[in-house]
Amino acid sequence: MSFILTYLKKYKIRAILAPLFKMLEAIFELLVPLVMASIINKGIASSDTHYIIRMSGVLLLLAVVGLVFSLTAQYFSANVAVYAAAEIRRDLFAKILSLSQGTKEKIGDEVLTTRITNDINQIQNAINMVLRLFLRSPFIVFGATIMAFIVDVKSALIFLLVVGVLSLIVFIIMKYTLPRYKTIAARLEKVLHATSENLEGARVLRAFNQVDKEKKGFEAKTGELASMQISTGKISALLNPVTYVAVNLGIVLLIYVSMRRVDGGYILQGDVVALVNYMSQILVELIKLANLIVLLMKAFPSADRVQELMEMKSDERMHLNSTGNMQNENAGSIQLSNVSFSYNGTNDYDVEDITLDIPAGSVLGVIGGTGSGKSTLLKLMNHTYDASKGQVSIDGIDVKSMTDGELSNLFGIVPQKASLFSGTIKSNMTMKKQDAGDEEIKAALNIAQALDFVEAKEGGINAEVSGKGTNFSGGQRQRLTIARALVGQPRILVLDDSASALDLATEAKLRKALHSLPWKPTIILVSQRASSVMDADQILVLEDGKAVGLGTHSQLLESCDTYQEIYYCQFPREEACNE
Amino acid sequence: MNKKSQSRILNRVLIELKTYSFKIFISLICALATVYLTLRIPILTGQAVDCIVAPGQIDYDRLIQVLKIMTVTIAATFFTQWIMNRVNNDITYSVTKSLRDRAFVKLQHMKLSTVDSHPHGDFVSRIVSDADTFADGLLMGFTQFFTGVLTILGTIYFMLMISVKIALIVIIATPASLLLAKFISEKTYKFFGEQAKLRGTETSYIEEMISGKNIIRNMDYEDDALERFELMNDRLADASMKATFYSSTVNPSTRLINNIIYAAVGVFGAIMAIGGGITVGGLTSFLSYASTYAKPFNEISGVITEFQNALACAARLFEMIDAEVEVDEGETTIPEVDGEIQFNDVFFSYDKSKKLIEHLNLNVKSGQRVAIVGPTGAGKSTIINLLMRFYDVDAGEILVDGVDIRDLSLEDLRSKFGMVLQETWLKNASVRDNLRMAKPDATDQEIIEAAKATHAHSFIKRMPYGYDTILSSVGGSLSQGQMQLLCITRVMLNIPPMLILDEATSSIDTRTEQKIQSAFNKMMKGRTTFIVAHRLSTIREADVILFVKDGSIVEQGSHVELLQKNGFYAKLYRSQIENC
Repeated sequence: MSFILTYLKKYKIRAILAPLFKMLEAIFELLVPLVMASIINKGIASSDTHYIIRMSGVLLLLAVVGLVFSLTAQYFSANVAVYAAAEIRRDLFAKILSLSQGTKEKIGDEVLTTRITNDINQIQNAINMVLRLFLRSPFIVFGATIMAFIVDVKSALIFLLVVGVLSLIVFIIMKYTLPRYKTIAARLEKVLHATSENLEGARVLRAFNQVDKEKKGFEAKTGELASMQISTGKISALLNPVTYVAVNLGIVLLIYVSMRRVDGGYILQGDVVALVNYMSQILVELIKLANLIVLLMKAFPSADRVQELMEMKSDERMHLNSTGNMQNENAGSIQLSNVSFSYNGTNDYDVEDITLDIPAGSVLGVIGGTGSGKSTLLKLMNHTYDASKGQVSIDGIDVKSMTDGELSNLFGIVPQKASLFSGTIKSNMTMKKQDAGDEEIKAALNIAQALDFVEAKEGGINAEVSGKGTNFSGGQRQRLTIARALVGQPRILVLDDSASALDLATEAKLRKALHSLPWKPTIILVSQRASSVMDADQILVLEDGKAVGLGTHSQLLESCDTYQEIYYCQFPREEACNE
Repeated sequence: MNKKSQSRILNRVLIELKTYSFKIFISLICALATVYLTLRIPILTGQAVDCIVAPGQIDYDRLIQVLKIMTVTIAATFFTQWIMNRVNNDITYSVTKSLRDRAFVKLQHMKLSTVDSHPHGDFVSRIVSDADTFADGLLMGFTQFFTGVLTILGTIYFMLMISVKIALIVIIATPASLLLAKFISEKTYKFFGEQAKLRGTETSYIEEMISGKNIIRNMDYEDDALERFELMNDRLADASMKATFYSSTVNPSTRLINNIIYAAVGVFGAIMAIGGGITVGGLTSFLSYASTYAKPFNEISGVITEFQNALACAARLFEMIDAEVEVDEGETTIPEVDGEIQFNDVFFSYDKSKKLIEHLNLNVKSGQRVAIVGPTGAGKSTIINLLMRFYDVDAGEILVDGVDIRDLSLEDLRSKFGMVLQETWLKNASVRDNLRMAKPDATDQEIIEAAKATHAHSFIKRMPYGYDTILSSVGGSLSQGQMQLLCITRVMLNIPPMLILDEATSSIDTRTEQKIQSAFNKMMKGRTTFIVAHRLSTIREADVILFVKDGSIVEQGSHVELLQKNGFYAKLYRSQIENC
């Protein structure tokens, strides 16, 4: 919540002016019954037509000035709300970009998107309404009371009574309904989850003939929701009638009391009319205030959620001071010594005790089943994650003492899931190296076996790429992501199972091209397929996060059970895999 | 939405509401009473004021009389308003629930092609938010509209009763107020459209950047991404500013006109009062009407937009409720299935303008294993879709034990197949409930035995509440492989006469796969089985191998036959072998 104030600080003057002008508008509104009273008391009583016309001129003036003030206030509050929210959105976006991969995965993409869109919209709306109404409504309520005191102190005591009763009513009803609104939101959320789960599982549910059970489960959920809504509705349905009764009985009482005051000669007939008008104004504003409170109650959780995200540590990885040894000319050798890592911070390691020396310019193959820790190991190498134990260094320098920028220059990474960004092929290729020329891009595309289809596209390298690259086939996308990693000639090239969608002929050509790269980078090849890693200088075999084998293909074939298993399952000999 | 379709939907909505006609009737009566009673109050107040002229000029008896009537009127208003609110709540929430339930039931029977081709988020938002918007907008909008119109008519009537001349001033000024509101709302509509468009662009950019965040970090692209975002964000803020500000001018502007009317009524009323044409109390009532007169106009113009919005939501819900369902007309049952399957000259394609499966003929004898092989995305799952009748053939027929599968009820057909898919899906329920899906009456002992056979028991036991641990669909702590093991266990608990295994072990590591091999063999024994797999060892053992390419079966036969044929399969097989 409080963080919103820091954003409003920048708009301090406007944020003060908006409610101030609203207040001025309210004052002008509060003057109207007084003018009317004097029309009745002086104008009608003494049959003074000129006075009446003059006073109605005052009424017109009040209306016009009120409009000007009101428009000014609306402008300032919209301005503050919109631009403060835009800044919050910008900072939150920057925050999300700075989150570490671990934190991001823990929170989840959808949640992050909701925070930056819906939650901030709620905040924007709330700021706007607060600036407009939060001062105005109480001001009118109290202002009307004060005006009543000016007219007649004794009659005004009824105002105190009515305002007291009204506040109590609103308070009690809010107290009962607000927590129930939370329950309703939670139950609606359940309906939402049930629906999307059901859609995801359409095939399985049908295969298991679960229709009736699903239907009953869903109806129970909507039933719970509806019964809570109806029971809450019963209470909130009271708000309007009860406040109406309170104010109007107040008016009845007021008329009765003022009758005595008029009879005693303390006030005039016009004053009675003014008092009644003030009482009616209170009702209108109180209802507005109650609606505002409901709106705020919805916005508070949004603000809290945004703040929670804002306060999250951007990067919980450890960074050492740069040793200054970082040279422009990196060889690209990687050393891992006793590296362990677990996602949840326990001793149940996802990657455990890996020691590895990858000489510059050599090829390392990493093989293992799904969930064996291959991708995690890669993420430890470029410091996406901090090793829980042990050290990862590049050319003898601890990765913790390198900046993310330095690391990103060193590494060219092709992720498992081939995904591009909307824009053009060129804008995708120049993400890392913005000044890469067309020739350099084409060279990278050529190595990645992508040049042919890119040039066949209308616009060539300037051809459009839609979101996530969905206008390219899986295989094309994969080749484009490979080319993207090659631009800038990184010292270390990482391919995380990134040829899975390619046909065998293309894959072979690609492998050949990668092995003969002119700048001789260190290459790390991850795969589930033995055929992809067989030619590597050394092969690391992972199982359940542990290294169960390290050596060349022929060495492993002799010594490593797991490697043999994998290999013979994929290249069956007569005796393999049949037992 | 055009006028014609709008009225069609409106008709449909009215039919929907028939069940609630009594409640709606009550609601309308209450609305009518509330409006009448509320409008009586200013008159009574005016009469009361007329009783209090000056010291000594007080009509005490009449005043008490008037105040008594006022009190009764207020009390009556309380009840009519309260009943109206409650009845409206009741209708709103019941209609929402009924629409949601029906749309959900529809999801269970909707054609799979619709489920597959439609973004799931859209269905979810129809069931969740459209249902809400519809009920809120329609029913609340309707009552507001109804009371609004009644209030306007009532106010005019009461004003005419007090003074025709002054009433005419108010009525003549009405169009000005309406025109102004219309002018502003047309302007803002444009700005809101602009805002929605820019917001959409920004949201998709955000989604893209979040999902590709890891790549962005690897590329050190954060600053550029932020720069692009700032541009979009600034544009959005400017559009948003316009929309927010202009829409907020409606109330002050109409209030201005209202205040002008108020002043006019004040002048004319007061001058008339001097001549005795109207009492001070009458003027008070009049001023009270004049100050509330414009309110319903504002509300009505708001209601119309809301109403159109509600109709649009209703249209989306009805579209879902009316969606085509799976054809389920079969009545034949096969008590004891042997598992003989025939495809006779089957034609099928997802997109009817693109050919896919043509002239597919296939004969699977009882207990045979059929392996489906081919590159990713070639359409291996299509055959499974046809077998389970997730999709129906375009021409030709599929027979199980000589019976056309369309002559079987869907429930009967599907209960004959055990299915494990590559994409694991588990319910957000306990492990036990998930496994029981296959056999609702399974005992704990049976469940544990099945889990032991698939080597799932050990990790289930290690979960916080063992078999009672709730598997949350989001952020589950289970690995893909473990989830797949659970899916296999689910089928193992109650093995139907025929099996479909679509990459059923793709996420399970080689070790575990070998460990559960015996369970698998036992499961498949004597049962007709369709296997989609890429491991050659699994494929070689199959009785029939289907090679699928670009959606059609290009080769079929046993391993040996296909090797001799020297076609696609042989090429695939050798390409993997020769690397040795």
